[in-house]
Amino acid sequence: MSEQSGAVTKTANGLLQWVDKRLPVLDFWNAHLAKYYAPKNFNFWYYMGGFALLVLVIQILSGIFLTMHYKPSAAEAFASVEYIMRDVEWGWLIRYMHSTGASFFFIVVYLHMFRSLLYGSHRKPRELLWVFGMLIYLLLMAEAFFGYVLPWGQMSYWGAQVIINLFGAIPMIGEPLTEWIRGDFFISDATINRFFALHVIALPIALLGLVVLHLSALHQTGSNNPDGIEIKENKDEDGIPKDGIPFHPYYTVKDIFGASMFLLVFAFVIFFWPEAGGLFLEHDNFVAADPLVTPEHIKPVWYFTPFYAILKAVPDKLMGVILMGVSVGVLFLLPWLDRSPVKSIRYKGAWYKILVFSFAIAFIRLGMLGMAEGTPAQTIEMRVWTFVYFSFFILLFFLSKGGKTKPVPDRVTH
Amino acid sequence: MKINAIKTLLAVLLLALASGPAAAAGGASNLEPSGINVNDTASLQRGAKMFVNYCLSCHEASYMRYKRLSEDLGLSEEMVMDNMIFADAKIGDLMTIAMDPEDSARWFGKTPPNLTLIARARGADWLYGFLRSFYQDESGRWNNLLLPNAAMPHVMWSLQGIQVMSHGEGDEAGQLELQTPGLMSPEEYDDTIRDLVAYLDYMSEPAKLKRKNVGVWVMLFLAVFAFMAYLLKAEFWRDVH
Repeated sequence: MSEQSGAVTKTANGLLQWVDKRLPVLDFWNAHLAKYYAPKNFNFWYYMGGFALLVLVIQILSGIFLTMHYKPSAAEAFASVEYIMRDVEWGWLIRYMHSTGASFFFIVVYLHMFRSLLYGSHRKPRELLWVFGMLIYLLLMAEAFFGYVLPWGQMSYWGAQVIINLFGAIPMIGEPLTEWIRGDFFISDATINRFFALHVIALPIALLGLVVLHLSALHQTGSNNPDGIEIKENKDEDGIPKDGIPFHPYYTVKDIFGASMFLLVFAFVIFFWPEAGGLFLEHDNFVAADPLVTPEHIKPVWYFTPFYAILKAVPDKLMGVILMGVSVGVLFLLPWLDRSPVKSIRYKGAWYKILVFSFAIAFIRLGMLGMAEGTPAQTIEMRVWTFVYFSFFILLFFLSKGGKTKPVPDRVTH
Repeated sequence: MKINAIKTLLAVLLLALASGPAAAAGGASNLEPSGINVNDTASLQRGAKMFVNYCLSCHEASYMRYKRLSEDLGLSEEMVMDNMIFADAKIGDLMTIAMDPEDSARWFGKTPPNLTLIARARGADWLYGFLRSFYQDESGRWNNLLLPNAAMPHVMWSLQGIQVMSHGEGDEAGQLELQTPGLMSPEEYDDTIRDLVAYLDYMSEPAKLKRKNVGVWVMLFLAVFAFMAYLLKAEFWRDVH
C-alpha cells in the first residue's frame, strides 16, 4: 500500500517538475499563496474581496448558461427569460443565481469599499490599488445597467430610457450621443442587441483584466489591516513580516469558511426570497416592455439609487447630471483627500468617526430616498443628505491633516 | 475585533434606518391578505378550472404550457385535454388565445393583459382585492375600486352578484354593498377567488413549488459544510498567536 502511494507521489512530483520547467507554477504558487504574507489580524471586513471574486465567478458561470437560452431581441427577450424560468431544466435556479448575484455583487463591493474608509486601505502606498478598484466599480455599474435591460421588462425599458436620456443633458452633443448609444431614435431592438454584446463580452473581459491589475497591485504592496500598520516594516531575520502569516493555508481555509457562510445567505435569498421584496427583482419588470405605456414610478435598481437621489436633488437637469458624475468621480480622489498621518479609524480621533459614519448614513439614506416616490419633503431630505455626502470629502481634506490621532502601536493587535 | 467590525456594520444600518421614515415602502398596504396556499393542490386545481373558464378567452397566458399545469397540479393529460383545452391546442402548447389583440383593443379599449406573470407584477393580495371589488356605477357600467375605470367588465358577476357603491353616512360611504345576490354566497365567492388567485400565483412562478423544497436541502448542506470549514479553520489557526 505504502509502496504504491509512494509511487503515486513520485509520479505526481515528476509531473510537477516537468510542468514547472516549462511554466512557473511553483513560483506563482509561492509568490501569491504559500509565501505571500498577509497580516494575521484581518477581521470580518476582509472577507469582502474574496466574496466579490466568488460572485464574479458565479456571475460568469450562470451567465454562460443563461446565454445558451436567452434571445437578445426586442421581440423575444422577455419570453425567452420566462422560457428559462419554466422550460429549461434548472433554468429558474440559474436565473435566480444571476439576478441575486448582481445585487450581492454590489452589497459586497460597497462593504469592501467601506472597509477602505475604515482602515485607510486606499492610503499610500495603495493609491493605484484603489484606483483600479474604482475602475472595477465603474465597469460593474455599466455591466449591471446593461444586464438589467436584457430581460426587457417595463423597468428594463423605462429605466434604460431615463438613464440614456441623462446623456442628452450634455450641451451640443447630447442628442446625437443618446442616438449613438441606442443605435436608434428610441430604445429598440438595436439597443438590446448591442447591450447584450457589451454585457456578455466587452465588459466582462475588461472587468477580468482590471481584477488582475487590482490583485497585482495588492500583492505588490501587500494588504493593509485593521490597525493600518505596514507589516513589512517589521521583519524577522529571514525577511518575513513578524505579523504576517502565509496566505495559504491560513487565509485559504479561513476564506473557505467565509465563503460557505456567504453561500448560506446567498442560497437563502435564491431559494426563499428571490425577489427580495421587489428590490432584487422589481414587480414592474414582470410586465413585458411596452413603449406606449409609461410606468407610474420609474426608478433604477437599489444599487444605483444613492446616485439617482443626488441627481433628483438638483432642480436643473444638467447640473444634476454633473453632480451625480462628481459624486462617483470624487471617490477616485480619496487617497489624496485623507491627509491624516494615521490610516486606521482605530487611531484617529472622534472627528473621523463622525465623518465616516455620517457619510455612510447619507449614502444609505440617499439610496432609500432614490427609490421613493419623490414627494417635496423627500426632495428636501435628499438635498440635506446630498450636502452631507459632499461635505464628507471637503471636511476630510481640511480636517485630516491636523485632526487628532492616537499613538499607533508598532505591531498589529490580534 | 471581529465582533467590533460586525457591530460597526449593524450600527450604520440601524442609524440609517432610524434616521427617517422608510422611504422605500410601497403604497397599497391596506389590502386584505389573500390567504392563498400554493401548496394546496386541490385549491390550485379549482383555480385552474376557473382560470380557463373565465379568464383564458380574453387573456392569454402565453408563457405557460398546459403540460406543465398537468404535471404540477396532478391532473392527467387526458383530463387537461378534455376539460381545459377548448381550442385545438396540444398538451405541450402554450396557453394562447384565438382573440386577435387588435380586435380586443377595439372592443375593450385596451388589449387584455397577458396573465402569466400578473401575480408577480401586482401581488396576490392586490388580485384578491381587485376580483372582489367590481361594482356597477350610476351609469350602469362596471367599475372597480382598485383600478378605477378599468376596461375589464365583471366577468364573474353571475357568481358574485352585483355590487354597488353605498352612499351611507361616515364609514359606510364609499363601501361596496351587494345589491343583487349571485349564484354564490359572499363566502363561497371569496373562496373561489382565493383559489383563482392561488392558481395565478402558481402560474406566475411554477418553480415556486420546487424551489423551497430544494432550498431546504441546499441550506442544510451548506450549514454542515460551514461547520466543518470552521473546524478546519480553527485547527489551522491554533498556531497563530
